Amino acid sequence: MAEVKIHKLHKSYGSVDVLVDIKLIVEDGSFVVLVGPSGCGKSTLLRAVAGLEPISSGEINIDGRNVSDLAPAQREIAMVFQSYALYPHMNVENNMAFGLKFAGTPKAEIAKRVAEASRILQLDPLLKRKPRELSGGQRQRVAIGRAIVRKPKVFLFDEPLSNLDAALRVNTRIEIAKLHKLLKATILYVTHDQVEAMTLADKIVVMNAGRIEQIGKPMDLYYNPENLFVARFIGSPSMNTLAATVVKKHTVDLGAGVVATVTLPTSVKVGDTIHVGCRPEHCSLSSKGQPFKTLAGQIDIIERLGETGYAHVHLATGQTIVVEVRGEPLVGEGREVHVAFSPKHIHLFDNAGQRIA
Amino acid sequence: MRKSVSSTAVHGILILYTMLALFPIILVIMNSFKAKRAIFNTPLQPPMPWNIDLIGYYKVFGDGALGTYYVNSIVVTTGTIFFTLLFGAMAAWALTEYKFRWNTLLAIFLSLGIMVPIRLGSVSIIQMIAELNLINTLTALILVYVAQNLPLAVFILSEFIEQIPRDLREAGRCDGLSEYNIFFFIILPLLRPAMATVAVFTMIPVWNDLWFPLLLAPTGGKQTITLGVQQFLGQYITDWNAVLAALSMAIIPVLILYVIFSRQLIRGLTSGAVK
Repeated sequence: MAEVKIHKLHKSYGSVDVLVDIKLIVEDGSFVVLVGPSGCGKSTLLRAVAGLEPISSGEINIDGRNVSDLAPAQREIAMVFQSYALYPHMNVENNMAFGLKFAGTPKAEIAKRVAEASRILQLDPLLKRKPRELSGGQRQRVAIGRAIVRKPKVFLFDEPLSNLDAALRVNTRIEIAKLHKLLKATILYVTHDQVEAMTLADKIVVMNAGRIEQIGKPMDLYYNPENLFVARFIGSPSMNTLAATVVKKHTVDLGAGVVATVTLPTSVKVGDTIHVGCRPEHCSLSSKGQPFKTLAGQIDIIERLGETGYAHVHLATGQTIVVEVRGEPLVGEGREVHVAFSPKHIHLFDNAGQRIA
Repeated sequence: MRKSVSSTAVHGILILYTMLALFPIILVIMNSFKAKRAIFNTPLQPPMPWNIDLIGYYKVFGDGALGTYYVNSIVVTTGTIFFTLLFGAMAAWALTEYKFRWNTLLAIFLSLGIMVPIRLGSVSIIQMIAELNLINTLTALILVYVAQNLPLAVFILSEFIEQIPRDLREAGRCDGLSEYNIFFFIILPLLRPAMATVAVFTMIPVWNDLWFPLLLAPTGGKQTITLGVQQFLGQYITDWNAVLAALSMAIIPVLILYVIFSRQLIRGLTSGAVK
């Protein structure tokens, strides 16, 4: 296994920049997840590491070796595709052995590695089957098996779970986490699903519009988002953010005359617009005022998920706030309510979206 | 009710068409077993004990040259199929997979070949083949036929290659296969149904062609079977028994080839590769 170092990577198609100044270190044996909305460049970055996508400038190092100009095969990586990309005319065993045969690996060694991979992934009963005779989950396991037998320095996963149904996705997610522990593999994993990112990653890389917005441990990103994008992207449902105007030192107007006292750095001046963020679980519904000034609104809809639920409150200012409610909510849809924030748990961002407190 | 009426109508039309298409073939086969008099007096009557005459077949089998002509036809047809498929698939792969400078221009140039009938160039082809000293060789025929069939083959195969998921090629690249190995071990096996289609399209006109054998290899024992049969057609006398027997025999190899290729025409060969 090995460390991946990406330095000042830049990629553009003509005048369109798809990856801008990417700096990333994937430590030996760590599980790093690239996450971001569609079109943010996360798959392009993964494909650039794989060597399937040429880069415009910068450097990619795998295990201390500059691989920027090497063909995919010479980079000692293995990729698991979203579509599995199994060779349809070969059975499971040959799918896994195919690459090794061309690499000139001795027959006995191939057989050993295939046997080992199929034991780990429980593919033994399927070895003689063709991909079309397998279910989606089984195909995914074969695709992972094909990666394992190559004994790569780095595993690259491109949204491997997005073609699976919900239940299978949860199972496979756990399988992948176990596999990571077992193989102690360096993994770079792309997903648009932040639950996958949160549950699997040692380190999450949040990307947006070709740039890295923030790199951090899952809970770090959750509790200390560096900017508005990360704050909104990580967490489900996402963080509530309200635009507010600074009316006095340490006092902001949340709209509709509701003012609140917050601690602001000196760089923020009176008259500036800032963003106040609060996660649904740190908001609560009440009928009257709280320490932090409350916002009046009406419940549009309540999503009940079982133990918890989410009330979508339409505020007098026209914005919508999502509030977590536990158990059976006491108030119903259409009711007038007040939303209170817990002041300890608010996040403040300046107008450019950078964190200020 | 309405559905059954329309399905009956469709089948009626299909049966009618099949009969129309098979009629001349059946007529040829039927009459090849009959005596000359019966061929002319009662052409539509199937062979009966009193009019059976296998003289045509005796002549065909007795004529050693005809055997050579069969072999010639088979060599020319299989050779043409082989090279058309090989070069066609390679060109189609290069044109669809790799983006290079003259890519589009080359594709247009090739598709021109579909539109312009090769026979317009017969005179220049004869000149060229003569200068190459290839008159009366099977090589000449194969060269011309491959040129004739390549454009359509490239066109059809390109369409099929585009349908092969991109991920498969990239999986191959990650697996360390060279571009040639990706072509031969991933793309070609998946192109089997498409290649069978092209093979069938290529085979029939080549087997039946009279034009180029007549121009390029009319003598020297290099005649194809269609040309070979002509020896029984005289200006004054035509040996119909022999002609019909030879033509009936000529159906067999092409039928065998068709059976071989049609077994490859399985759809959904790529199923299971990707979701």
